[in-house]
Amino acid sequence: MQNQNVAYDSKVEGEIIVTQADAVINWIRKHSVWPMPMGLACCAIELMAAGASRFDISRFGMEVMRFSPRQADCMIVAGTVTYKMAEVVRRIYDQMAEPKWVVAMGACASTGGMYRSYATLQGVDRIVPVDVYISGCPPRPEALLDAMIKLQDKIGRERAVKNLIPEKADSAELAGAGKES
Amino acid sequence: MAESDLAQLTERFDYLTERVSSDHLALNCPADKLIELCTALRDEFGYDMLNDVTAVDWDAQSPRFTGFYHFLSTTKHDYLRVAVDCPDDFNPSLPSLAGLFASANWHERETYDLFGIRYEGHPDLTRILMWDSYPYHPLRKDFPLAGIETPLPADDVAEATGASVLPAPMMGGPFTSSGDGPMSQTEPSAKDESWSEKQEKPTD
Ligand code: SF4
Repeated sequence: MQNQNVAYDSKVEGEIIVTQADAVINWIRKHSVWPMPMGLACCAIELMAAGASRFDISRFGMEVMRFSPRQADCMIVAGTVTYKMAEVVRRIYDQMAEPKWVVAMGACASTGGMYRSYATLQGVDRIVPVDVYISGCPPRPEALLDAMIKLQDKIGRERAVKNLIPEKADSAELAGAGKES
Repeated sequence: MAESDLAQLTERFDYLTERVSSDHLALNCPADKLIELCTALRDEFGYDMLNDVTAVDWDAQSPRFTGFYHFLSTTKHDYLRVAVDCPDDFNPSLPSLAGLFASANWHERETYDLFGIRYEGHPDLTRILMWDSYPYHPLRKDFPLAGIETPLPADDVAEATGASVLPAPMMGGPFTSSGDGPMSQTEPSAKDESWSEKQEKPTD
């Protein structure tokens, strides 16, 4: 009989898998993203739709929406961030445990959207580092799912320990949050 | 019904004048008589609901600010608008109606927040939309739509992120639609596209 276990044969190798720590850790991480639904405006409705049965975000292992930042590791900023709310968004981000990611969902969260006004933060990347931006006003749930899959890819490509070793330069970059001003 | 109200009201309160209005009955009332008038409106004329409190900034005119009140009578099914000029252009203030109508409380806080009109006698006249330390009143005519640079309300967040309240990029905006014609040709666009934040407005 032909050996069909090309990569791994427990008869030969026993209960041992040889791989890279990064690969294992990232594989675990990316399939158990716990989102923090930062629903601030209309986009949050699409976020809810993505969580409901028709689109079903749990197909990708992300259905465990947690309303406590302590139990979440991916903040989905869905909606218009006002300057008054910016403080709250940043504080919630700070309270989330490392490693953590941020998805800016919709035109408002990405750039301020149509609210070019005195009250609206022109892009949440001014206060938190954003990993994935989603275009649309509002984006369809498929777009959110696509972004979350992209985020999974991104998590898969990270160095798993990057958040454990604080680097001075790195944290300054994080704090500046992407946008030069 | 509103006409008979007008006759009765002007007969009883000789300081009232009718105000030009394209919809409901509207009255001008001096600021110091507002409480008296509104008490009578609520208790005797059936205007038992205060729907809206707002104001208008007339810019260079004097009086500069006019406070507006929209009343609804739930028995007569009729609206009534009362306009009150603020006597002082620089420190505008009006008497508060919060003691008469509970709904005035938050509406007056909003008008105070956005126009800077002080409502004397209000139980808690603090900002309601912008944060407490915000230095401007955004709906005043001299306030630019894009905003004015100010520090973020939270010092620690401002320090950690280096962010501040910046004027929004208007890029020649505000964006308005001409309104008539097919939608494909009336996309909202900036009135003056000759300038943006990156490229100064041409001076002629
Ligand atoms: S991007 Fe559009 S749908 Fe989303 S919060 Fe902004 S205005 Fe609402």
